[in-house]
Amino acid sequence: MDDYFAVFGLPRKLTVDGEALRRRFYELSRVHHPDFHQAADEEAQAATLARSALVNRAYRALRDPIARVEYLIALEEGRDTREGAEARPKAPRDLLEEMLEVQEALEEARAGDLDEAAREGLQAQRERLAGRKQAEEDALMGRAAEWDAAVDAGGDRRPLLTWFKERLAARAYLRTVIGDLSDALGEDQDQHVSHRRH
Amino acid sequence: MSRIVGIDLGTTNSLVAYVDEHGVPRVIPDAEGRGLLPSIVAYTRAGVLVGEAARRQLARQPGRTIYSVKRLMGRGYEDVRGELSQLPFPVVPAAEIVRIRIDDREITPPEVSAQILRALKQTAEAALGEKIEQAVVTVPAYFNDSQRQATKDAGRIAGLDVLRIVNEPTAASLAYGLQRRAEGLIAVYDLGGGTFDISILRVKDGVFEVLATNGNTHLGGDDFDQALVSWLLEDIRTAHGADLAGDPEARQELRLAAEAAKCRLSFEERTHLAIPFADFVYRRDLTRADVEARIAPFVEATLGPCRQALKDAGLSREQVDEVVLVGGSTRVPLVRRRVEELFGKTPHSQLNPDEVVALGAAVQAHILAGGITDMLLLDVTPLSLGIETLGGIVSILIARNTTIPTMAKEQFTTSVDGQTVVDLHVLQGERELARDNRSLARFELRGIEPMSAGMPKIEVTFLIDANGILQVHAKELRTGKEASIEVRPTYGLTEAEVERMVDESFEHAEADVAARLLIEARTEADNVINHVERALTQGSQLAEPGELERIRDAVATLRRARGGDDRELIHERTTAVNKATERLAEAMMDAALKGALASKRADRILESS
Repeated sequence: MDDYFAVFGLPRKLTVDGEALRRRFYELSRVHHPDFHQAADEEAQAATLARSALVNRAYRALRDPIARVEYLIALEEGRDTREGAEARPKAPRDLLEEMLEVQEALEEARAGDLDEAAREGLQAQRERLAGRKQAEEDALMGRAAEWDAAVDAGGDRRPLLTWFKERLAARAYLRTVIGDLSDALGEDQDQHVSHRRH
Repeated sequence: MSRIVGIDLGTTNSLVAYVDEHGVPRVIPDAEGRGLLPSIVAYTRAGVLVGEAARRQLARQPGRTIYSVKRLMGRGYEDVRGELSQLPFPVVPAAEIVRIRIDDREITPPEVSAQILRALKQTAEAALGEKIEQAVVTVPAYFNDSQRQATKDAGRIAGLDVLRIVNEPTAASLAYGLQRRAEGLIAVYDLGGGTFDISILRVKDGVFEVLATNGNTHLGGDDFDQALVSWLLEDIRTAHGADLAGDPEARQELRLAAEAAKCRLSFEERTHLAIPFADFVYRRDLTRADVEARIAPFVEATLGPCRQALKDAGLSREQVDEVVLVGGSTRVPLVRRRVEELFGKTPHSQLNPDEVVALGAAVQAHILAGGITDMLLLDVTPLSLGIETLGGIVSILIARNTTIPTMAKEQFTTSVDGQTVVDLHVLQGERELARDNRSLARFELRGIEPMSAGMPKIEVTFLIDANGILQVHAKELRTGKEASIEVRPTYGLTEAEVERMVDESFEHAEADVAARLLIEARTEADNVINHVERALTQGSQLAEPGELERIRDAVATLRRARGGDDRELIHERTTAVNKATERLAEAMMDAALKGALASKRADRILESS
């Protein structure tokens, strides 16, 4: 699979200077964008189109800190990934129990009309879960430096990778449930398109 | 490289522009000095008319005069079913894409648009004195793949190689960028005749990076006019007891009057309507508040997409440095007010909102030609692209607001032993279920070698190019062979159909401008003859002695001239008929006005009794 870090001449590290990345993205775009290759023959145009698409995908995967971790895992595991709607995430084990309550509330809401108290209940749950999701993201970012140091030291990074995966799974699940709560509240949170900026 | 022009193919008006030898983008005027070409095509019995000449046929030949065809581009019959009653021209039922019936022909929207593009091409060729074969054409940012492809097809049919499809709001930002070189976060609010877009851009170091876009390809000034027409029809029913809803000619008169009144009320607080119909003259005062009450729901409908675009860009409204207004409908004061409230800052439109998109298209054309090397536009795809999976669920391959060009790869295999064909259904949209999204095309991967189920590995590449148009390639990974793909566009023309239309358009193309002018003259003559004949049956009792004979003579002379090829002579004779009928026409108008006043007085007498 394509190494997006390599596209930008970066090591596989999670700490990235966003402003420098953007500047590099603009530079690479000036080199590869089809606008500047109109006079080339068909084959060369197809090649520039592919390179330009690669630069754009690489920037999209790296500019966002969470997307960056997701991409890193896929890259390290050597599996092809694609963004967007994956199969519906399952509840991670450590979240199962506390989610039971939310799921029950959701089912009730779906079954009948929402009275004011039920609404407030769902809204409170959603707020709490948003906090949980934020905490997962903070935790992920908190250990990014650890990963970067391990890359420099050349140590075994697999345990950390596994930990990242678990936290990402928890976050994905939380996001789905937050979306479900918004649906039940009749608010379109438009959450099924991922990779929005944070 | 030969010259590339920039074209704004608008719902209401279209323009062509180029960048002159000093690097300044300019709109190219036609022979009469007009920069705006009304996007109207009349398929008269004498031939095809485009622009101002076609506009004059709107109320005369409503069934043959096509306006706002952009709203039909890349759309299916089912899409437009709801508004068929408002369209004066007949749309053929049950076809996949919209087809308009004129006599025994069925005409598709790309063919109609091609007529407009061809007229612009001729204008540019006449003004620049060279052959024009390449163009950049703008489309609404929120246009989907089918609508973009239909626009490209229109170019081909018109004999233009469309080198790039550019989004209208981003084209506008290029025009502003060239002029002012300002940097920062910019929101472009583009409300035209038929479509609405909002795009949010970061402009820095000469790069115009679109962060998010949103919109509605079926929302614009046309809807304002339509709402006014419905309201006026009701008012006419009350005031005159006449139901004009089923009369296409009257509806068009009313639409034109409503549109003109709407435009006046952008600069004045009140205006007066006086529309002569066959049996009465409809008069009423109209205030800006009257219009605003009717159009407010449409203006409101633009605000949701603005909020979504901000959210997708990850920005709050305070972070936006500048709000730019594009499109004729942003002249409406209510629109300006609501945009200002939403963004919390005063929007501006320093460049002419009618011209700025065409100027931007010319700038992009100049970039492609190598004339500008320090500006680069990075646009996004407005809608998520996905494929249908088991259970009718959409699996997203490329999320909306992804910078283009972009690419996604997906592996497919077979589910039955010996299977040699795999079907793919590609869709665009944001909904979870396939049936709620826009079907783009069905792809058939063929020639897979028979193997047991699950053995073949076919890698399909979905590439969205810089035009926002999808390209699909497939490869069998075990053999490395390119798999052949058959594409069936859901709402589009097949390659063979486009080819045929290109050929036909060469056959039917008017040889030159002279032929077009002759058609215009003949059509004008037909109109005058029809008009006079109708007038003679209604108003002959008002004629003076000898007057009817003089008129009949003039008409007969005109008829003879119309049969010939001499355009000047037809013009002359048409003018002569107009002159001969001048007095009688005035007398008839007076009588109609007196009649209208009399009936008003009668109303009052009835009321007071």
